[in-house]
Amino acid sequence: MAGKITLSDLNKTLSEMNVQSLEGVKIEGDIEIEIDAGAGGVGPLFAYYFGQEAAKIAMQLMNFAKAVGYPVENLMAPVATAAAIAPAPKDLAAAAAAVPAFKVASALASAKFAVGTDKSWKVPIQEVTIGATKADGGSRGHVVKLGGEKAMPFFPDATMPHAPKITMDVFDMPIGMAKAVKMHYEDVINSPGEWAKKAVDKFGADMVTVHLISTDPLLKDTSAQDAVKTVEEVLQAVDVPICIGGSGNPNKDPIVLSKAAEVAQGERVLIASANLNMDWEKIGKACVDNGHVCLAWTQLEINSQKELNRKLMKVAGVPRESIVMDPTTAALAYGLDFAYSNMERIRLGALKGDEELTFPMSSGTTNAWGVRESWMVRSPNKDDSDWGDRMLRGPIWEILTGYSLAMAGVDIFMMMHPLAVAYVHEITQSLMGRIDVKTPDTSAWLKMGV
Amino acid sequence: MKETSPLNLYKQLPQTNCKKCGEETCMAFAAGLIARSRKVEDCTPLIDEKKYAKKLAALKTIVAPELKLVYIGVGDRQVKVGGEDVMFRHQMTFFNKPPFAYDVSDNMDEAKLVERVKKITTWRKFYIGKWQGVEMIAVRSVTDDPAKFAACVKTVMANCNGFPLILCSFNPAVLKAGLEVAAKAKPLIYAANKDNWKEVAQLAFDYKVPVTLSVPFDLDALKSMAVTFAGMGLTDLILDPGTAPNGKMLQQTLQNFINLRRAAVEEAQRDIAYPTMVLPINAWLTTEDPVRAAYWESVLTAAFVIRGGAIMIKHSLEAYSMMPDMHLRFNIYTDPRTPVQVKPGIYKVGNPGAESPVFLTTNFALTYYTVESDIASNGIDAYIIAINTDGIGVQASVAGGQLTPTKILDSFNEAAFKWEDQKYPAMVLPGMAAKFSGELEDLFAGKAKIMVGPEDSGRIVGWMKDFWPPK
Repeated sequence: MAGKITLSDLNKTLSEMNVQSLEGVKIEGDIEIEIDAGAGGVGPLFAYYFGQEAAKIAMQLMNFAKAVGYPVENLMAPVATAAAIAPAPKDLAAAAAAVPAFKVASALASAKFAVGTDKSWKVPIQEVTIGATKADGGSRGHVVKLGGEKAMPFFPDATMPHAPKITMDVFDMPIGMAKAVKMHYEDVINSPGEWAKKAVDKFGADMVTVHLISTDPLLKDTSAQDAVKTVEEVLQAVDVPICIGGSGNPNKDPIVLSKAAEVAQGERVLIASANLNMDWEKIGKACVDNGHVCLAWTQLEINSQKELNRKLMKVAGVPRESIVMDPTTAALAYGLDFAYSNMERIRLGALKGDEELTFPMSSGTTNAWGVRESWMVRSPNKDDSDWGDRMLRGPIWEILTGYSLAMAGVDIFMMMHPLAVAYVHEITQSLMGRIDVKTPDTSAWLKMGV
Repeated sequence: MKETSPLNLYKQLPQTNCKKCGEETCMAFAAGLIARSRKVEDCTPLIDEKKYAKKLAALKTIVAPELKLVYIGVGDRQVKVGGEDVMFRHQMTFFNKPPFAYDVSDNMDEAKLVERVKKITTWRKFYIGKWQGVEMIAVRSVTDDPAKFAACVKTVMANCNGFPLILCSFNPAVLKAGLEVAAKAKPLIYAANKDNWKEVAQLAFDYKVPVTLSVPFDLDALKSMAVTFAGMGLTDLILDPGTAPNGKMLQQTLQNFINLRRAAVEEAQRDIAYPTMVLPINAWLTTEDPVRAAYWESVLTAAFVIRGGAIMIKHSLEAYSMMPDMHLRFNIYTDPRTPVQVKPGIYKVGNPGAESPVFLTTNFALTYYTVESDIASNGIDAYIIAINTDGIGVQASVAGGQLTPTKILDSFNEAAFKWEDQKYPAMVLPGMAAKFSGELEDLFAGKAKIMVGPEDSGRIVGWMKDFWPPK
């Protein structure tokens, strides 16, 4: 539609009303009027104002003609001109509103979609191996590799070298559990070895974590010597790499975990964990001395995480390839937003080159079971809608807690419910393109029967 | 908006410091625009006075969101879709949580339809001081019969309490029948595709409604349609780039959403910067098992709540899957710039009485709810006093001076807590505030005993065994 018209074409053009936009009108020296074809339609208002512009031009030309002596007054009555250069009459405006300024395009515009990658992601995450096979002086059947990412998880920028891994929790004494979880472990609750076996053989755990919680002075206060027997039991029972956790008591953990590190020498276990409020140096050194990986745990604060990582490396001498971070998992509905953004910031910072943060991350996803919505039978709030079946609700709580943190950059999940383990595994594998099943017709939902 | 300097917005304001917007200065208003706490419309002189027309236009262009904002529905329940400026929530915040539209279909019998609409519109769950619920209803045409669809939409309209609708069909005649009934409520129509786009464009224009462009797994063709619609003056667009519920195509789906978001907010590609629609409902195409379908629908929802889905069509009305989806969306769309707080004061957990302890914590919502849960889930009856620390946690507020012995005394006085009714008048300090105990003993002068609790509220159970009631 774009084109040039001469004044002589003006009447014809106006009568057909196929000009597009007044803003595109430009008067050139040789009195051609250029009209840009643009969005919008043609209506009486346009024609009106276009006519007004044309009349102004005509007036100028008439003045010019008058100046050179031509009797232009004789050509026309002076009535219309003054009235014409004024706002459009009401009836015309009404007519404009009634006539749609719209025309369906005749064909789809051609277009190409292209978008770049994030060029600020320059540094890959440190690759960390957990577990040691016979060849490396251990007794594990296989090792687990974490890290190595060059981009945010599942982004198109770069392929993730390793799928996120799941380590299932085993406790060294019976503990309180949500009903939905407990039903899966009642038969093994007094035997950490059997428990570990079940997690691996039946639930497909990549690793197991043995939590030595009986050492807690507020629980059984068992000695480090007694507790580490459980570590030996679990190492015998399964051949997956293991993680050894303390009770969380800042005074007792360094003693217990150091002893455990000695007992597990050569197995390259993940020691959980060192934090700033305890003797982290003792734990870090126990990892170095016995060839283990140290889990550096901080509480939702990126700068503390940097500080702890730095201290573990510089003071305790833990090598880069032996550090995994636990920046704390606040579960879904209990502060997941803090945990999520803290981890996402840590991972982005690492990719952009902050070498105090370029480590794989771990999530205590089991925390999901501490959220009342995951385990309570019904809402304490009588105005809530029914909460539904808690036996089905709880596992999703654990799935979404873990999975959303997978999106933020978590490499290894500590989990409990077998169904949650299976789903986190399936979705992360799917998003890596590793599950090849037939995709249904994605518009079939419109007419589906359910 | 990419602009981060208030000065550059100030240039487009009247600069009269007239205070009509409630701010002391135009510069303060400009800062409010940057923080997204003020809207351009709040500056009435700029809107009303003709001499500012140029500035107004310039300002509007600067503050426009990188990702187009589309309104669906009318009145109080109108939803905002899109309008985002960042890729990752910590970079600012995500502004408009994706509305969840639960489906009904035109082959349902009337009683079932009404029942489902009621369930959708009345479902609710209280969380951090707010009611969470569903925002929209998607009406699917299974019959492909315009009359049946119109009748269905009519029934939904009569029972939906003003919830905005999505009218779903690829048949323009069906969509038209639905629009005849519902156009005034400004529904979203789903969808224009490669075959029907001319007719659907005409409908979107005739009825003045936003429209979804559905071009699965072909971003070139999707962009081509978006450019074409914009060329016709139709810019209230929602993009459906395809939601594959499983297999390798699911990976492609997520990458498409990431790429579209990137193009919009990081590369300012305005011709493709429209909100995206996700179809977690497609999980139901992968299995006959309703639990499996609901679970997978939740997983898909989570993926796209996090990575930029702007509006979603969903199916499972089971509370066990709705609740986690709602909470995840709430958490991800919580503004990270302002700490979530609870109202300061005394709270009751369980049924506390004269023999119950009073635990002290801060009004940082996360801390408060953690303490509350640690007490409640262990069946302990207790009072909690949440001290106003401006939403800062215990450790940080002890160090930063937002939590002090004087403030604790003042808080008990303000709450008018009656120590004389308590058999064991005692407050339990968080372990991390232990250093205040001496000073508090002096301040409370025997009115209440000051006890030091555990550093982690998870250990309150053990602490109760050892220390409560006080000897």
